[in-house]
Amino acid sequence: MAESMIEVAAPEARASGARPGPVARGIRASLRWAGVLPFGAYIALGLIAPTIAIAIAAFQDSNTGATTFSNIDAALHGEYFIGLRTSIELSVLTAIVPGIFGLLIAYAIFTAKRGVVLRRVVITASGVFANFGGVPLALVFIATISTTGVVTGWIEEVFNGFDIWDHGFSLYTAFGVFFVYMYFQIPLMVLVIFPALEGLRPSWREAAQNMGAGTWQYWRYVGGPVLFPSFLGCLLLLFGGAFSAYATAEALTGGTIALTPIQIGSLLNGNVIAGQENLGYALGLIMIVIIAIVMILYTILQRRAARWLR
Amino acid sequence: MRKSKAVAVVMAAASTAVFAAACGSSNSSGGGSSVDWSKVTHLTASGPDSMANLVKDAEKEGQLNVITLPSNWANYGNIMKDFTAKYHIHITDAIPEGSSGQELQAVQTEKGQSRAPDVVDVGTAFAIEGAQKGYWAPYEVQSWKDIPGDAKDANGDYYADYGGYVAIGYNPAKVKVPPTSFKSLLNPAYKNMIAINGSPTSAGAAFAAVYAAALANGGSYSNITPGIQFFAKLKKIGNFVPTATGGPTTVQNGTTPILIWWDYLLASEVKPVVPGFKIVIPSDASFASYYDQAISATAPDPAAARLWEEYLYSTTGQNLWLAGYARPIELSTLVSNGTVDKSAYDSLPPAPSGGLTFPTEAQDNTAESAVTADWAKDLG
Repeated sequence: MAESMIEVAAPEARASGARPGPVARGIRASLRWAGVLPFGAYIALGLIAPTIAIAIAAFQDSNTGATTFSNIDAALHGEYFIGLRTSIELSVLTAIVPGIFGLLIAYAIFTAKRGVVLRRVVITASGVFANFGGVPLALVFIATISTTGVVTGWIEEVFNGFDIWDHGFSLYTAFGVFFVYMYFQIPLMVLVIFPALEGLRPSWREAAQNMGAGTWQYWRYVGGPVLFPSFLGCLLLLFGGAFSAYATAEALTGGTIALTPIQIGSLLNGNVIAGQENLGYALGLIMIVIIAIVMILYTILQRRAARWLR
Repeated sequence: MRKSKAVAVVMAAASTAVFAAACGSSNSSGGGSSVDWSKVTHLTASGPDSMANLVKDAEKEGQLNVITLPSNWANYGNIMKDFTAKYHIHITDAIPEGSSGQELQAVQTEKGQSRAPDVVDVGTAFAIEGAQKGYWAPYEVQSWKDIPGDAKDANGDYYADYGGYVAIGYNPAKVKVPPTSFKSLLNPAYKNMIAINGSPTSAGAAFAAVYAAALANGGSYSNITPGIQFFAKLKKIGNFVPTATGGPTTVQNGTTPILIWWDYLLASEVKPVVPGFKIVIPSDASFASYYDQAISATAPDPAAARLWEEYLYSTTGQNLWLAGYARPIELSTLVSNGTVDKSAYDSLPPAPSGGLTFPTEAQDNTAESAVTADWAKDLG
C-alpha cells in the first residue's frame, strides 16, 4: 500500500510544484515515521519482545511448560521476597544519599566563579566514574580499603594503629555495597542534575531579590519548586540504576545479602540450581513492573519540570 | 538448452558426490565399513565394531565437533592437539568459554546440522538433565570397568571424566599456622583470611565448599545445613570474607590468603601465581565432584565421537588430563598399573582414602534449596 502510494504520488508532487497536495503531505508524514522506524524496530526487538517473552515464561512451569501462578507466588515469598525488599531498600538509600551529595556538588560547580574549566573537568570525570562498575569496581575497593588495602594501611599508620575494620567498617555487607555504589551514583547524579540547574535562570533570582526575597525565600518559593521535580526524577534514575546493578554486589558479598538481581543470576546462569529458570523470569517480571512504575513516575515528574524549563 | 540443463544436473550430481566424498560422510560407499556407528554402544575385540574399524571410519569422517572446551582448562588444548595429530581428525571447538547449560542448548537447537556438537563435557546435573531428555547415545568405552560405579550412568548415557576434591589452599607467607581441616579454620589467627570461590547459590565450587563443610560438621549428603551454619560461624568470628571476585585474584593480592576451592583449580590457577602456595584436602571432609562425558544421540560424526571417548579414557588421555591437574576418573587404575604420569600425580595433594561417593540427585536438590533459602538469611 505504501509503495504504490509513493509511485503514484511522486510525479504529482513534482507537477504541483511548490504547493504540496494532500498526497504529498501524506508522503512527508510517512517519511517522518520512516525516520523513527529503525529505533522502533530496535525497541521492539530489544525491549518489547524480551519483555513479552519474560512475561509469558513467568507464568510457565519450568519443567512441564504448563501455565501456572506458582512462580510469581514463590517470587513474592520467603527468600525471594526478602531479596526484593532488600533490593528496594538498598536502591532507595543509594538513590537518596548520593542524590543529595550529587546535587550539592553540581550546585557548587554551577555557581563557582570563573568555573568553566572546573565545570568541564567535573562533568567529564563524572561521565567516566558514572560508567565504572562491575567486578573491576569491587576489586578497586578491595585493593584500596579491604583489611589489607592501601588506604586501610595508610589510616592505620597515620592514626596510631586505628584499624577501621575493627571499628565496624566492612566492604562485604549491605553497607559495603552502599559505600561502593556511591562511587558511581554521585557522579551520575552530577551529570543528570546539571541540565536542571542550568535551567534556573539568573533573572529569576534577580527578580526575587528585587522584590526583597532572601536566599531562603528564593529557594523556598522559586528555586526549590522549579528544581524539585527534576531532582526527584534524577533520584528515580539513580534508583533504577542501583536496583538493576548486579556484578559489584555479587563480587563483594558472595550472595550473603539477598538481592533480586543476584537471585535471578543464580536461577538463570548459575551452575548450582537447575530447572528453576521460570522462577527467575517471574522475579524479572516483578522487577520490570517495579521499574515501569518508577519510569511512569519519572515521566510525570519530567513533564511537570518541563513546564518551567521551556 | 535441454542438453546443457542435463549436463548441469549431471555436474551438480557429480559435484555433490565429490563434496560428499570430500566431507567423508559415513554413509557414502567408498571403502568404509557399513557400520552405523550412531547405534554402537561398545566396541568388540574383532569384527565390524572393532577399534581398528572405528579408527578407519572416524578418520574418514575427518571431523569432530566439541563444545565449551577452554584450551587452558584440564589441559584440553594439548589433548585436542594430540588427538588431531594422532588421527588426522580436525576438531572444531564451539564457544570455548561457554557453560554446561549452553552445551545442552546447542545439542537441542543444532540438531541435524553438521556443526552440531558430537560430544559434550558437562556438570553432572546437566548430564542427568540431558539423559532425561534423551540427548545422549549410550556408549561404554573399553576401560568401562575402571570407572567407579557411582561415577557412571548404568545405561551408559554419561560417565565421569575428571574432577577433584574440595581443598584448602593457602599462602604460607601470610598464613603461619597451616590449616588442616574445616574445624581448624575456626582459629582466630585466620581473621579476615578465608574465602570461597563465589556464591554457593550460583557457583558450583562454592556450593561444594559448603557441602564439604557440612560433612565435616555432622552433616551428610542429605543435610547441608551444618555447612551453612559453619560458614555463618566463620563469618561471625570474622574469619570468612564473603568476597566473590573469582579465582586467584584475592589470594594474589593478599586479601584472602586462604581459599577453599577444587584441588585441581587451586593447583592449576593459584599455585602458578602465588609462590610457595600449599594445597591440602581437609582431613575432616572429602567431597569430590567430577564432570561427565556424553555422546550426542544426534552426533553428525558418530565414529569420531566414539573414537574421542576411547582416546580420552586411554592411558594417554587420562594422563593428559592429569597433566592439567584434573584428576582423571581412572586415576586409581593408572596408579595401580604403574602407568600414571608421576610428576603430574605428585603435584596434586594425595587423595583421601575410601571410594568415590557422590550425593544423589534428590540429595543435591534438597541441598540446593537449603542453600538458596538460608545462605543470605544466616550470613547476612
